[in-house]
Amino acid sequence: MAEMVAKGEAPDILFWVGCAGSFDERAQRITRDICKILQHVGMKYAILGTEESCTGDPAKRAGNEFLFQMQAMANIQVLDGYEIKSIVTACPHCFNTLKNEYPALGGHYTVIHHTQLIQQLIDEGKLKAEGGESFKGRRITYHDPCYLGRGNGIYEAPRKALESLDAQLVEMKRCRSNGLCCGAGGAQLFKEPENGDKDIHVERIEEALETQPEIVAAACPFCMTMLRDGVKAKEKEQEVQVLDIAEITARANGL
Amino acid sequence: MVSQLIFGILLLAALALVTRNARVIIRNIRMGRDEKRNDQPAKRLKTMLLVAFGQKKMFKRPFAALLHLFVYLGFCIINIEMLEIVIDGLFGTHRIFAGAGAFYAFLIGAFEWLAFSVLAGCVIFLARRNIARVRRFFGKEMTPWPRTDANLILVAEILLMVAFLTMNAADYKLQSLGAPHYTPGGSFPISSWLLPLLPDGAMALISIERFCWWFHIVGVLLFLNYLPYSKHLHILLAFPNTYFSNLKPQGRFTNMGKVTNEVKAMLDPSYTPEPSDASAHFGAKDVQDLTWKNLLEAYTCTECGRCTAVCPANITGKLLSPRKIMMDTRDRMVEVGENARKNNGFQDDGKALLGDYITREELWACTTCNACVEACPVNINPLEIIVEMRRYLVMEESGAPSSLNAMFGNVENNGAPWKYAQADRANWREG
Repeated sequence: MAEMVAKGEAPDILFWVGCAGSFDERAQRITRDICKILQHVGMKYAILGTEESCTGDPAKRAGNEFLFQMQAMANIQVLDGYEIKSIVTACPHCFNTLKNEYPALGGHYTVIHHTQLIQQLIDEGKLKAEGGESFKGRRITYHDPCYLGRGNGIYEAPRKALESLDAQLVEMKRCRSNGLCCGAGGAQLFKEPENGDKDIHVERIEEALETQPEIVAAACPFCMTMLRDGVKAKEKEQEVQVLDIAEITARANGL
Repeated sequence: MVSQLIFGILLLAALALVTRNARVIIRNIRMGRDEKRNDQPAKRLKTMLLVAFGQKKMFKRPFAALLHLFVYLGFCIINIEMLEIVIDGLFGTHRIFAGAGAFYAFLIGAFEWLAFSVLAGCVIFLARRNIARVRRFFGKEMTPWPRTDANLILVAEILLMVAFLTMNAADYKLQSLGAPHYTPGGSFPISSWLLPLLPDGAMALISIERFCWWFHIVGVLLFLNYLPYSKHLHILLAFPNTYFSNLKPQGRFTNMGKVTNEVKAMLDPSYTPEPSDASAHFGAKDVQDLTWKNLLEAYTCTECGRCTAVCPANITGKLLSPRKIMMDTRDRMVEVGENARKNNGFQDDGKALLGDYITREELWACTTCNACVEACPVNINPLEIIVEMRRYLVMEESGAPSSLNAMFGNVENNGAPWKYAQADRANWREG
């Protein structure tokens, strides 16, 4: 972003990478695929790079409102400093926080999730699912991230992205507004689960496996971690892949 | 004349008691913190009509929803009949509206069908609880009292409907016998099934008819006064509760203005904070720290357990149950309210909602996934209470699990929940 400003340019959109997308090795691949998509369609985008900081989401869900607001206000200063108007993010947690919780602290942006952007690009004919891997007829089940689905009512955009591939979309029993959490939300990803008789991600992956999918599609880096752990726990790594919608889209377009 | 007097006194006493109970409920709800929930009246009205009146969210479970709809419609519509019963009781008339002829016959016929559907619904509901033992009606918080409460309500409704239909049957038979005072009127599609069971003597029939009439009306008045002590209050509170629903996206958590003031002051020493409500602490430790809406929700909960049945933590055997959060909040609210009334203001009783009712282990098991909020047929939000209590634990007691404290430290120092150097944030580009 700083380089763009130095050149006197302004981006169409800011890509908010998020902590997982920046540091988690698996999520970094999603980040790079989103960049490939943005470049492929010729969108002018920027990242904040080292000026980006945690949105404060895990702090807020865990009850640390102080830390959340400190993070939020610092981020708002940076974003406003660059006169950012619209943001795309790969993480439903960042998405929810930036979109719904920053306005009360003075940060007003148009925020979309990358699955919404992908859907828009497909609708506009800019992404055609050509020239890459074919997903035609392959069984894909989509796991709704809580903060995209129930949290913000976005159920269709990720599904449209998959439907455009002619894939065979199979729904889990608990899907859309009834979707079962992967177990990572509410800062659970950063702590051990309380005592119980099962891990939530195992419960979820068992349900996903019932649909006999070739691919479990995710749209959240936290879900990605949990679902992959579940697939590993079930020793199904050879048969089932967990892929983000962005990765599937990039592959279908040969990016 | 004597019976009219007795009826009048009973009615007045029942209404007086209802008023007293209603005042207690309103006073208890008002112990909660202020919160604005009266913007966008049109949208609120629509939500109320869809969710409470139209029972939209009930239909996530179609079979239960259908049965509930029968009972609900029956119960609401048969209450129109109450108007006639009250007038008859006060003025010693009999079926005062019978003069409406065919329309009256249609109404009474419809009431009978509805009474039958209520009866059938309640019998199936009882069977689901006690024979099929549907899982969500059990669980740690479903101690003997809540389970008895549920059965009592169903049995009461069955008895009321049986009395209503038997009364009609006896009336019908008396009408056809040409008994004085029992002028022909109404139609009796269901209660006529009972005719063979009734005696033929007019005196016996009159006693049955009168007994059932009194049993029904006294039963209704008692039931009305049982509501405040029971989970059944939802039949009334579902309406205000859905009207005052949260209209913002479920993913959005409330902003704490008090914290904003302090953070602004920290970032800018010249900042003068806006005056805010000066409650002593951050987050919620006890019911007075919750909002009036949280407390209204606690009274509205009918313990159906749909929230708990979809809670990922509960499904996987953790202690957390969103229904228990609501039941605990209500129990503690009633206790605090009682205390405040007895002592002319709340006297510390050494207890609190947090710790004595809801444990830390329950609170930390929540994934904030909003499944409970989505599942609630009357738009109750247990998550808000959980988060308020987490806020208290973290900001007042520094009581977060150590791994979360480590995460806070990372966010504060490295700008990420993991221990990575901020300088490496854009390294993914080299992958």
